[in-house]
Amino acid sequence: MTCSEFIALLDDLIDDSVSPEIRADLQNHLQGCEHCEVTLNTTRKTIEIYRSHEIYDLPSNLRERLHAAIMARCKKGC
Amino acid sequence: MSTIQTIAGENEQHPDVALVERARAGDVSAYDTLVRKYDRQVFRIAQHITQNREDAEDVMQDAFLKAYEKLEQFQGNSKFYTWLVRIAVNESLMRLRKRRTGKMVSIDEDVETDEGSVPRDLADWSPDPEQNYNQSELAEILRKTIQGLPQGFRIVFVLRDVEGLSTEETAETLGLSIPAVKSRLLRARLQLRERLSRYFRRKKGDEK
Ligand SMILES: [Zn+2]
Repeated sequence: MTCSEFIALLDDLIDDSVSPEIRADLQNHLQGCEHCEVTLNTTRKTIEIYRSHEIYDLPSNLRERLHAAIMARCKKGC
Repeated sequence: MSTIQTIAGENEQHPDVALVERARAGDVSAYDTLVRKYDRQVFRIAQHITQNREDAEDVMQDAFLKAYEKLEQFQGNSKFYTWLVRIAVNESLMRLRKRRTGKMVSIDEDVETDEGSVPRDLADWSPDPEQNYNQSELAEILRKTIQGLPQGFRIVFVLRDVEGLSTEETAETLGLSIPAVKSRLLRARLQLRERLSRYFRRKKGDEK
């Protein structure tokens, strides 16, 4: 397996949607390829970091204001 | 103050279904519950697409009002959440078009770029890259980085990886094919990785 072939299957590996045979091939490639190992680990980290950090916070005063505006209009039947 | 108990477990029905039923029957407090459950997600998606705080506020209001109006049309065979996300995405794109009059805003156009497809920055990250930045610095890095992605990649990444939609749901929401979602997701992830590496790569000094 080449590095490009590995990268093409990177998402399936991360999302755990590869067959056991392909997984074995991928693992095999990883053992001998530090580049792909780094790419895999840092891509996983990239996803995790975006999942775990709120970058567009909704402050509670704004939230309450928007909420009140929405519900006022809904009560009027929009 | 809810007076009706939601019966869970019956056919493993999603709790939203009962709330939607009640809201349709005129129970505004049930809709209130749905708004509170998903307002952060809707606001976040709107921010990611419009990249503008005021637009995101408007989108959030418009999306929930539109969903309320269209509640009759909601089919129980899709999840309320993904249905709502589709409305929020459409409202966000509409808002963008208004702002950039004349300029086409589309998520369909495929962006031809090789960036990220062949990883170049191959330095490993320090074990805990977040440690080198405080919370607001980190948020700024993450914002700047994702804002630099092409729109069509960014939306796919946000829906799929941040908001947790499946590949199929993301495709349906954006009107894209499943292979298109997959190829954009891979490129989005690789480009973000490449760009974040500038900040998080292991420095010469801390190799140990
Ligand atoms: Zn490799």
